[in-house]
Order: sequence, then structure tokens, then C-alpha cells
Amino acid sequence: MSFVTVDNIFQSYGNRPIIERVNTTIDEGEFISIVGASGCGKSTFLRLLLAQETPTRGEIRIDGKPPAKEPGLDRGVVFQRYSVFPHMTVRENVVAGECFRRPWGRFFGTERKAALGRADETLARIGLDHVADQYPATLSGGMQQRLAIGQALAAKPRVLLLDEPFGALDPGTRLSMHDFLTELRAETGMTVFMVTHDLEEGFKLGDRVLVFDKPRWDPTDPNAYGATITYDFDARDGGIPFQKIKEETNVLQPA
Amino acid sequence: MRLINQKPGVAFAAFLTALPFALALIAYAIGSDIRLSANPSDKLLPAPSTILSTAERLLTEPDKRSEQILFWKDTWASLVRLLLGVGISAFLGTVVGLLIGLLPHVRSTLAGFVAVLSMIPPLALLPILFIVFGLGELSKVVLIIIGILPFLIRDLSSRVLEIPREMIVKAETLGATSWVIAIRVALPQLMPRLIQAVRLSLGPAWLFLIAAEAIAADQGLGYRIFLVRRYLAMDVILTYVIWITALAFVMDWGLRVLSRKAFPWTESTL
Ligand SMILES: Nc1ncnc2c1ncn2[C@@H]1O[C@H](COP(=O)(O)OP(=O)(O)OP(=O)(O)O)[C@@H](O)[C@H]1O
Ligand SMILES: [Mg+2]
Repeated sequence: MSFVTVDNIFQSYGNRPIIERVNTTIDEGEFISIVGASGCGKSTFLRLLLAQETPTRGEIRIDGKPPAKEPGLDRGVVFQRYSVFPHMTVRENVVAGECFRRPWGRFFGTERKAALGRADETLARIGLDHVADQYPATLSGGMQQRLAIGQALAAKPRVLLLDEPFGALDPGTRLSMHDFLTELRAETGMTVFMVTHDLEEGFKLGDRVLVFDKPRWDPTDPNAYGATITYDFDARDGGIPFQKIKEETNVLQPA
Repeated sequence: MRLINQKPGVAFAAFLTALPFALALIAYAIGSDIRLSANPSDKLLPAPSTILSTAERLLTEPDKRSEQILFWKDTWASLVRLLLGVGISAFLGTVVGLLIGLLPHVRSTLAGFVAVLSMIPPLALLPILFIVFGLGELSKVVLIIIGILPFLIRDLSSRVLEIPREMIVKAETLGATSWVIAIRVALPQLMPRLIQAVRLSLGPAWLFLIAAEAIAADQGLGYRIFLVRRYLAMDVILTYVIWITALAFVMDWGLRVLSRKAFPWTESTL
């Protein structure tokens, strides 16, 4: 039973199509890596999944519900930047994952104590307990991304969207973030979409790798057509690249 | 080495800071000396010693009729007006700035209106204020508000709009309502900006205060300056000007320290 259904999505800005005819279905708990050339509309696709934007045509349903009109609790997100709140300490940032849904955006009294306790557990898990009282500006890029993921997970979303979450990290930190993410996924079983420019990373972490590209190309007007999913690789078998192609619907054919 | 890379040492920097002050003082002393030696009863540039003794008299001796020290009475009256005007403006500016910055409907309604309002020269409205609000405290406070509120609203609303969209979307995914986003995400990030904006508007606020006091008041720093102008009492005027400058400087400095102390999460120098 498919969990996320992407049904014939088009998105254009002005009269410039960015993505077109995107169709796919995703099962609950799948890890989807999204790769593609810069500017082909991967972030746009994530914004559509997030319901930050509405597509010009088509619809995205999650768990069979009507298409969402705005971002909400069921979808968590980690952007490449600006994902944590700079005016809150690391610990408060994690607590924010739970308390922002409250009328005042805070916990009071015993509830607050309990939430702080849980936040400290989360911080210990993500290896940030030693900086719990610092502000994000004093953390390194990798620590901030870890915090952003911890915060998003504290809200317990069913779908997690990651836009180049490890783009700015050094290879070592990247590897430890991979382990971290793999562990979390095994624990929570949530559905993950991750945009990345690193193919190896995409195949290592993903169950499937979606490739976005332009299936049609107008040499006189490169912006005439949008991108779509041209390949849908099964990446499950140990994450080695060059897997069998699952779908071959939109592959660019030489004229 | 390039000029842009040449930096003064600590002691030399302090010397350079003090230099223009010292030069201005010396220039004044020389000018005053030249005029006084030509005409000992000259009133235009009183000797620094005269200013000092006048200042001492103003600060300590009570007025014969009212038995109050007018200097402190004026200071108190002016400060109350200024702080009321700036405080009310800061509050309204924050609320309206948040509304404009966060809510597209309010933005469509008010942004253009505020932009036009901010072009009205406030002093041109002063006669209207005196007619509508009378000659009392209210018209002076209202002048300050009219003078600085449009700037504060425009500045603060654009600061709210500068908050990265990602951060707002992130809060939405954590289940925050518009209200929670306003008080937990936008407002805290606006506070250092507010202090910055208030610092910038203190200058205009003093200007409007003194203008209003000069025209219609019975006490206040601006009132006193324009009163003693009739007697060409430059020593009194200069004492008051120095005092106003000192007050404005201390306020600015206090706000700067406050913003550094109160918002440790801002790395930028405000
Ligand atoms: N709000 C917008 N208005 C107009 N054009 C936009 C908007 N957002 C994105 N675009 C355009 O859409 C195209 C796709 O942008 P998008 O950010 O989705 O690319 P991307 O695949 O994520 O690229 P990258 O790998 O560099 O992050 C870009 O050419 C961009 O200029
Ligand atoms: Mg992108």
C-alpha cells in the first residue's frame, strides 16, 4: 500500500516550467535519495512534498489524505541552512520540537521539566550534550545539522525531508552523520526523502534513488521544458551503485 | 602596506579618539579668548570658565520664585516626554512591524499606507497637533510618536521579512500556529533589531521634542534654551546643549550595552 502518492505533478514559476509530469509512489518507511543536476528542481520537489508550495498541476497525497495546504506536524524538514533557531540554546531548540504545537509555544512546570529531561536524552544520543547550553552560532556546521535533525525528530514526523543536509560537512563528519541517520531510521521507521549531490551517499543510505533530469531538451530554449524523474534505481542491495533500473519510463531517447 | 590595513595601536587609538574633542575645545577657547579680549562684555562665546560656573549655578541653585532647581525640573520633564514618546513608538512599532512582516493581508493593507505616512514631515503637523491635542504634554509625546513611528514600523517590518523563510517553515513543521511563530520565532529575533532601530530614532526623537518644547511649553530642556535665547545667555544655552548631548550619548550607549548583554546569541556587532 503506497504511503506517499505523487500524482502527475507540474510546477512552474511564471511561465517557466521547473518540474513536469512527476509520478511516483513511495511505501511507508522507505528512504528515498534524490539526485540531479544543480537547478533542476530537487528543492522545488521537496517544497511541494512539504506543502510549502502548491503545484500548478497534480497533487501529492500522504497516507491517502487530501493534499496538505501548508506545512504541518506530519512532515519534518532539515534545510541546508537556517534549520535551527539562533535565539534558543541547543537544549531549547530540541524542546521546541515538542512545545511549538502548544498554545503559547512553551511548556510550563512539570511538563517543562520532563521535556528538558527528554531533550537531554536526545542530546546525549546525537552527541551534543556537552554544548546543551550554548547557542547554535557557536556550533560547527555538522553539529548544527545534527541539532536540526534532532529537533525535527523530536516532533515525531511521519515523513522527514532533508535538503542536502550534509552538503557542507567534511567527509569524516559526513560518515558519522550517515551512521546517526541510519540508526534513527531503524528506530523510528519513518519515511525519508533526502536530496544530495553525492551519488555514493545517495546509494548508501537510500532504498531508492530518484534521478531528476530533463527528458526533453529544446536546444534553442533550454528553459522550455521542466525536469522529471528519469531514473528510479533500487538501491537496496548493499548500496552499491549501478543497480537494476526499476522504471524506464522517462529515459532520454536520442532523436 | 595598504592604508586599509594600517591599524593604530591601543594607546594611539585612544589618543586619536580624544584628538578631535581636544581640538574643538582648544578652538573654542581661542575663539572665545579673542572675542573677549576685544570686548569683555561679549556674550557670543563665553569663556569655558564662565560656562563651568554657570553650569554649577544651574545645577545647584534653586530658582528664587519657584524654589526648585529648574535644571533638574527641565530635565525630568523632557525625559518623561521623550521616554513616553519613544517607548510607545517602540511598542507600537514592534506590534505593527510583526503584523506587517508576518501576515500578508496586513502587509497588503498597511505597507503602502505606512510608506506614504513616513513621507509626511512631522514638524509640518505640529500646528495641527497643538490644535487637536492642546498645548499640554500629549501633543509633545504625539509629535515624537508621529515623527519616529513610521520609521520604526518600516524598519521592523522589513527585519521580520528578513527572517529566512526556512526558519518560519521549520516552525510550521513543528506545529506552531501563526501566534506561536510570532512570539517564539519572530519576536525574539526582532528584539535586538528593535534596540538598534530605537538607537537610530533617538536623534529624531530629541529633535521633535526640542522643537515642540521650543514652541509651546512651560518647562523642559528645549523650552529653557529658547527662553534664555532672548537674553543671549549663551552660557546657559551651551550648558543645556552639552547636557542634552550627554543624555543622548548615555542612552545610546546604554542601549548598545543592553543589546549585547541581553542577546548573547547575536554574534554580529549591533
Ligand atoms: N520561488 C521561485 N521563483 C522563481 N524561480 C524559482 C523559485 N524557486 C526556484 N526557482 C528556480 O527553479 C529552478 C530549480 O530550483 P531548485 O532550487 O529546485 O533547484 P535544485 O535542484 O534544488 O538545485 P540545487 O542542486 O542547486 O539546490 C532554479 O532554476 C530556480 O532559479
Ligand atoms: Mg536545492
